[in-house]
Amino acid sequence: MEQTKQTAFEIPEVPPGGFEHVGKNLKGMDAITRPNLSYWQDAWRRIRKNRVAFFSLMLVTLYALLAIFAPIFSSYGYADVDSQHMSELFSASHWLGTDSLGRDLWVRVWRGGRVSLSIGFLSALLNAILGALVGGLCGYYGGKLDAIVMRIIDVLYGIPNLIVTILVMVVLGPGIFSLVIALIVVGWIGTARFVRGEVLRLREQDFVAAAKMLGVSDFVIIVKHIIPNIIGLIITNLTMAVPNAIFREAFLSYIGLGIAPPECSWGILAKEGVPLLRIYPHQLFVPAFFICTTMLALNLLGDGLRDALDPKLRGTE
Amino acid sequence: MENSQKPEEILLDINNLTFSFHTYGGVVKAVRGVSFQVKKGEIVGIVGESGCGKSVTAQCILKLNPEPPGFFEDGSIRYKGEEIVTKSDREMRKIRGMEIGFIFQDPMTSLNPTMRVGKQIEEVFVGRPEVSKAEAKRRAIEMLKLVGISDAERRYSQYPHELSGGMKQRVMIARALVGKPGIIIADEPTTSLDVTIEAQILDLLKQLQKELGTSIIFITHDLGVIAKLCDRVLVMYGGKVMERGSVRDIFYRTGHPYTHGLMHSVPRLDISKDTELEPIEGTPPDLFAPPAGCPFAARCEYAMKVCYEAQPPEFPLEEGHASACWLKHPDAPPVEWADGGKGGEA
Amino acid sequence: MGKYILKRVAVSVLTLFVLITVVFALVRLMPGDPFSGEKMTPEIRANLEAYYGLDKPLLEQYITYVKNLLRGDFGYSMKYLNRTVNDIIASSFPYSIDLGMRALALSISMGLVFGILSARYRGKKLDFICIVIAILGTSIPDFIMGALLQYFFGIQWGLFPVAQYQGIQYTILPSIALGFYTLAMVSRLMRASMLEVVTQDYIKTAKSDGISNVRIVWKHQIRNAIMPVVTVLGPVVATTLTGTFVIESIFAIPGMGKFYVESVQKLDYSLVLGMTVFYGGFLILANLIVDILYGVIDPRIRLAGK
Repeated sequence: MEQTKQTAFEIPEVPPGGFEHVGKNLKGMDAITRPNLSYWQDAWRRIRKNRVAFFSLMLVTLYALLAIFAPIFSSYGYADVDSQHMSELFSASHWLGTDSLGRDLWVRVWRGGRVSLSIGFLSALLNAILGALVGGLCGYYGGKLDAIVMRIIDVLYGIPNLIVTILVMVVLGPGIFSLVIALIVVGWIGTARFVRGEVLRLREQDFVAAAKMLGVSDFVIIVKHIIPNIIGLIITNLTMAVPNAIFREAFLSYIGLGIAPPECSWGILAKEGVPLLRIYPHQLFVPAFFICTTMLALNLLGDGLRDALDPKLRGTE
Repeated sequence: MENSQKPEEILLDINNLTFSFHTYGGVVKAVRGVSFQVKKGEIVGIVGESGCGKSVTAQCILKLNPEPPGFFEDGSIRYKGEEIVTKSDREMRKIRGMEIGFIFQDPMTSLNPTMRVGKQIEEVFVGRPEVSKAEAKRRAIEMLKLVGISDAERRYSQYPHELSGGMKQRVMIARALVGKPGIIIADEPTTSLDVTIEAQILDLLKQLQKELGTSIIFITHDLGVIAKLCDRVLVMYGGKVMERGSVRDIFYRTGHPYTHGLMHSVPRLDISKDTELEPIEGTPPDLFAPPAGCPFAARCEYAMKVCYEAQPPEFPLEEGHASACWLKHPDAPPVEWADGGKGGEA
Repeated sequence: MGKYILKRVAVSVLTLFVLITVVFALVRLMPGDPFSGEKMTPEIRANLEAYYGLDKPLLEQYITYVKNLLRGDFGYSMKYLNRTVNDIIASSFPYSIDLGMRALALSISMGLVFGILSARYRGKKLDFICIVIAILGTSIPDFIMGALLQYFFGIQWGLFPVAQYQGIQYTILPSIALGFYTLAMVSRLMRASMLEVVTQDYIKTAKSDGISNVRIVWKHQIRNAIMPVVTVLGPVVATTLTGTFVIESIFAIPGMGKFYVESVQKLDYSLVLGMTVFYGGFLILANLIVDILYGVIDPRIRLAGK
């Protein structure tokens, strides 16, 4: 009726042979057109496409390489005092200048980078492992174990972790090893909480129920179903934890608890630079630049990884 | 609506509506030349698979599709003679809620969790000085009672999480109706509810429609709901109208292989249990690159050469019944559906 | 709600108790000796140890300490002669809390504003600026931020004083240095949360009701988006307040941080213990308040324990 109201319907012409029966054409409808990429291939492809994250990854790699090799290939030692060349600005012989004792800042920055980066990566890695173990076991098995551990975690979570770190540092004394310990004592709790939450969620998913129904063992379920789904989150979390640990190291060294001179770290360099800010600002700005760019790159890389490693976003652009 | 006229009054007149979305992969043509009318007091059903463009069509009427990335390519939507497509957001606000109400699919997520339900119903009157606050509250409570919520005064000040799913959908209906709109668009309002609750909500909608004389555009993928509720039906597929007609036309004088397929892919009580269901094989077309011919051709066992080459016009069948299928061309070979309904006769 | 508060209070009290015990144990494990000095003789040492109760068994010391704590008595400092820990806290805490509160007020309010603007103008210039600020904020440690602000605004341009804490102009640089990280965190979180909420069905419902955009943003989007931000306020407050330690030393503010770092370095057991307990207790209290606040603004929690 709606049609009749408008101009009268005209029967269209159909070319000869148009009414020949053809039937369905289901071919190609469900065809797989995408190349088949594994999880890691896909993640790598997406990281590479994300220019900011890729550049950050390159920068962090560069810093790590420099931290390893720069002190080896330099003619100065990181603790070599030179009273002839104190607090000099950038020059051909001292690329980043010297500090108030005439020590070469280029070497000190990378020597310090070695310490800071190792503390950052080591403690973040150990935190992730410990946290994932505790959180994963609690989340997967639940029950009494979970209830008890979660009560403990609730309480520990309420304690300001900087205070605990400081006290542990005082007890253990300065040094790389005690810094890593101090950062682990409080650091695993956050990872454990979120891994537990994720595992709890995954445990209730139908694909886990289906696997259980088929008689798959707990071990295989954890390895084949749970871990692939949370590994991305754990890696992202780990990446974000590295700058935090570097920051903590810098902070503790700054208040005199982290690394003891003559060993140096980025925190120590910043601490030494601050009092000379008025006269020789480069002594603070140089280490500050490397601390900030490292933290920036790791944060941006973490952002990029979060998108690249999310199994739900796989296959999207 | 106030000066009630003859029952044939046309409230909504949609003509050749074409709506697309810009996406990273190109333009998706979600709605491709849809036309229909809604008269005062009637219930129009739109049925189709997910992705057929029925929800986008419905949201076009209130301009709820995000623009950009969405945009109107062509066509017009006239409500009481006024063009909607060209209206600004500010002008649309006068129509939304007051002239045309909208009920969404999922009542669980369609209510703001941090606002009391009464306040959410009243919000329709915010920015409308002709309705006082006290009046708004009175009407909200009245409407809660009307949609069958007991203890309406108490429910008025509860939060959504304190209500059951069916209750929330009643609140959504109250919210859509409180501005006394001429038309309500219900976008799969019962899909996420239990079957028993679904029946209650459908009864409620039908009863309210009778009491208030509101027109309803009812969107669903469930032919059973259409049969129960609607006066007229549009069958959509691939962004186009495949068949239109009264409920009787669609069910007893099926004029399109797709409609036929839809009906025979769901179990029914009136067919023998030995009869096997016939699922429609394949998947709906990719609207990034819609096929040149009939969108259903690739899944249609009666498809002819022309079906792959040219889009069929809507061939008129009976009064108010039309089918966009080349089989309805007078020169087309006659085809019989499996259940004895006749195809191929114009 | 009552049950919810009760549970939070119970956890907080337990946390505080664990904190006291752990800190007590750790302080006793500290290497070194508070009484080492040139004029120290065994007799004086014995007298001093008796005076501070260090000659008694550990458990007894612990019980005495907790008993005194319950009366609000933190004991005497071992290094600052004749000064009680209470006295030192009372004189230094006001500076720290003042600085901390300013920084928090600044960073939370500005962080929310930046996050909201950023989400509202997604993909535009304003968004870009806000994102850059947020990323810088999370990448610059507060002590470096403090030094940079001092260098440029204080030394180079002479706009603000760089040390001491004697008036409003003294508070500006340290507050910014302290709050910048928090500002960035809040802004990032709020932006993400706003963008999450805007895709929710109830926003479309509100739109279909003909509600104005301004009202949708205020009443529906912001109200819901702020929830996840409130949940992290506890840790955020703790981070900011502990950050005062470094900022105080950079800007030479006579707050608790200065005394704390000194007491740690000088092995002043009773001062370390007292200040840690006080500070920890304060942060636990702040956390508790945030938790209760969250319960008040989220109806789902408010009514759950009714």
